[in-house]
Amino acid sequence: MYRSYVMICGSENCSSIPGHEHLYNEFQNQIKAAGLEKEVMVLTGSCLGICHEGVGPNVAIFPEGSIYTGVKPEDVAEIVYEHLLKDNRVTRLLFDETVTIGNARSVEDTEFYKKQCRIAMRNCGIIDPKNIKEYIAKDGYQSLYKVLTEMTPDEVIDVVLASGLRGRGGAGFPTGRKWKFASGNRGKVQKYVCCNADEGDPGAFMDRSVLEGDPHSVIEAMAIAAYAIGSDHGYVYVRAEYPEAVEHLEIAIAQAKEYGLLGKNIFGTEFNFELEIKLGAGAFVCGEETALMTSIEGKRGEPRPRPPFPASKGLFSVPTILNNVETYANIPPIILKGAEWFSSIGVPSSTGTKVFALGGKIRNTGLVEVPMGTTLRTIVEDIGGGIPNGRSFKAAQTGGPSGGCIPASLIDTPVDFDSLSKIGAMMGSGGLIVMDDSTCMVDIAKFFLEFIVEESCGKCTPCRVGTKRLLELLTKITDGKGTMEDLNRIEELASFMKDNSLCALGQTAANPVLSTIKYFRDEYIEHIENKHCPAGVCKNLLTYHIDPKLCRGCTACAKACPVHAIVGTVKNPHAIDTSKCIKCGSCIEKCRFGAIERK
Amino acid sequence: MGEKITKIQSLAELNKIKEEEIRRMSIQDGVRIVVGLGTCGVAAGAQPVYDAIAEYIKENGMQDRVLLEETGCVGICQYEPVVEVYEPNIRTTYVHMTVESALRVMKQHIQGGNPIAEFTIGSSKNGR
Repeated sequence: MYRSYVMICGSENCSSIPGHEHLYNEFQNQIKAAGLEKEVMVLTGSCLGICHEGVGPNVAIFPEGSIYTGVKPEDVAEIVYEHLLKDNRVTRLLFDETVTIGNARSVEDTEFYKKQCRIAMRNCGIIDPKNIKEYIAKDGYQSLYKVLTEMTPDEVIDVVLASGLRGRGGAGFPTGRKWKFASGNRGKVQKYVCCNADEGDPGAFMDRSVLEGDPHSVIEAMAIAAYAIGSDHGYVYVRAEYPEAVEHLEIAIAQAKEYGLLGKNIFGTEFNFELEIKLGAGAFVCGEETALMTSIEGKRGEPRPRPPFPASKGLFSVPTILNNVETYANIPPIILKGAEWFSSIGVPSSTGTKVFALGGKIRNTGLVEVPMGTTLRTIVEDIGGGIPNGRSFKAAQTGGPSGGCIPASLIDTPVDFDSLSKIGAMMGSGGLIVMDDSTCMVDIAKFFLEFIVEESCGKCTPCRVGTKRLLELLTKITDGKGTMEDLNRIEELASFMKDNSLCALGQTAANPVLSTIKYFRDEYIEHIENKHCPAGVCKNLLTYHIDPKLCRGCTACAKACPVHAIVGTVKNPHAIDTSKCIKCGSCIEKCRFGAIERK
Repeated sequence: MGEKITKIQSLAELNKIKEEEIRRMSIQDGVRIVVGLGTCGVAAGAQPVYDAIAEYIKENGMQDRVLLEETGCVGICQYEPVVEVYEPNIRTTYVHMTVESALRVMKQHIQGGNPIAEFTIGSSKNGR
């Protein structure tokens, strides 16, 4: 193994240039003279593909991939001493493209990044989250200073109202209105400011990233909210499964206290604010606002009926506001840059940006923050880089188990609160799961429902029993035992659950089922009437067959079969006994002739 | 941190920290290196990468001109571990870093002044 390789282009074009024949020996001699013969190997390779430049002979140095053009024997010593010995480039000989590094040297130059607009994630991946001073360097705590010294609480609420900011946790309720409801009787009654960091949707991790990467933005915003409604105490409810987020938040709170940005008389004013962390034990229902508050109170995390709404009777039965992590992260820039700046981003009914956790069958997974109203196509194709493995886009699920799917035919839908509700999906907290044509929509609906059945807290019957019965109906269909009447029953039960469940968990539990029936009804009918899963996912609807024309009788499949369902003699076509077959797929993996078919 | 901290009472005090910190982060004649140590980075193996860079800086006495820091998730979770190098007006994003490749970045880019194109995000195929 050599440290570096010098590859001299051996193509006809380069070889025909005078001097080329001496290059190999000259490199060997100079490398030896420099004492590098054990570290560098010289090779004559194939064409480097830049002959059209007419500037050969070309020499490439690996692993860095530098390409030198027009190399003459007298240049060799310089390349060896500068590049190979001192690790400097001989720029006068470098092929242009290797001098400047493409046009994607940094993440900012990539398509993935260019179409994004970062407000909530402005500091994530940029600053050290464990150092409050770096947050201050990025205008941190300037907004808090501004509201405490220049604005009245009502003016703060007016700015948030005018910005059009809507809750990023899923429901999209205007944040300013929530604050206004809780703003009465300032200074006369105890009030609380809470942050919902109990991110539970499968596949969603926006809030975790903000807490990990920029915890001070949430702290600053909660202090601003407390000033606006007249509170002096806050809680961040964060799930214990996010240990790093919890640690960064703890460090941030301790630092903010040291610097006098939390505690008594902040910035020398009358304003006091204490902040505490409460850990959740990972129950999905605790992301629901009333259950979350019940959990902070130290009771079992179960929802309670609304009204009364938390703004009038919330945590410990006093006025409380609860906003999501991402909602808070938007507040400091809104105060600093103004409501007009914020509302100029996005679309009139949904201002600003939204962070999505992009996952599933897509090339670039990760976090993206785009202006509201960006089309799903832009997110999937431009930012996400499209669907890998030559497959095609089938649907995207937003809003996790409470949301719905957006089919390929609606890929040009703008992603904002109202456009998504119109098509039966929802913004949700920001999980965006992309599905390709190998996904069975009935199976997906079943997956989300299984999650809900596990997470239903059991307090109200429509949710506890309804989700279970719904799952049974779906399982019947994926087992090939469904009837067309079951489809009607599903819709009937779903609408009952929507009207009668106590909290949003039960009210929205049927959404993935309803939206897949709405857009992929044919797929449900195919399962019911033809006992066939078009995507080839539902195990009980699949059968395995051996094509006797392709089978060579090698016995590999029979040996792999764990239940001895494959019979046949050597060199004669085998057959599968479908009554014994457990559809594990081991035979397909072993067959070298593509003779086994699953349909 | 060790230093004595006084509570910030005025905008002037806040801005003083801001100015000092901006100066520290854009260290003159040097570079600022950040390693993504969010959950996604750590899961992909960013901690050994960070430790190797820290060790390299110490061994070579580069503390004065290299500021090494951790950061959160920049959003490109699929490309973790991510190491970013900030020089005046230039940002370089290295992706899928290993201890070996990070040490080469230190040697060739930070010491030698030659960024390694093949490790940057532009040369990486999407995902793994």
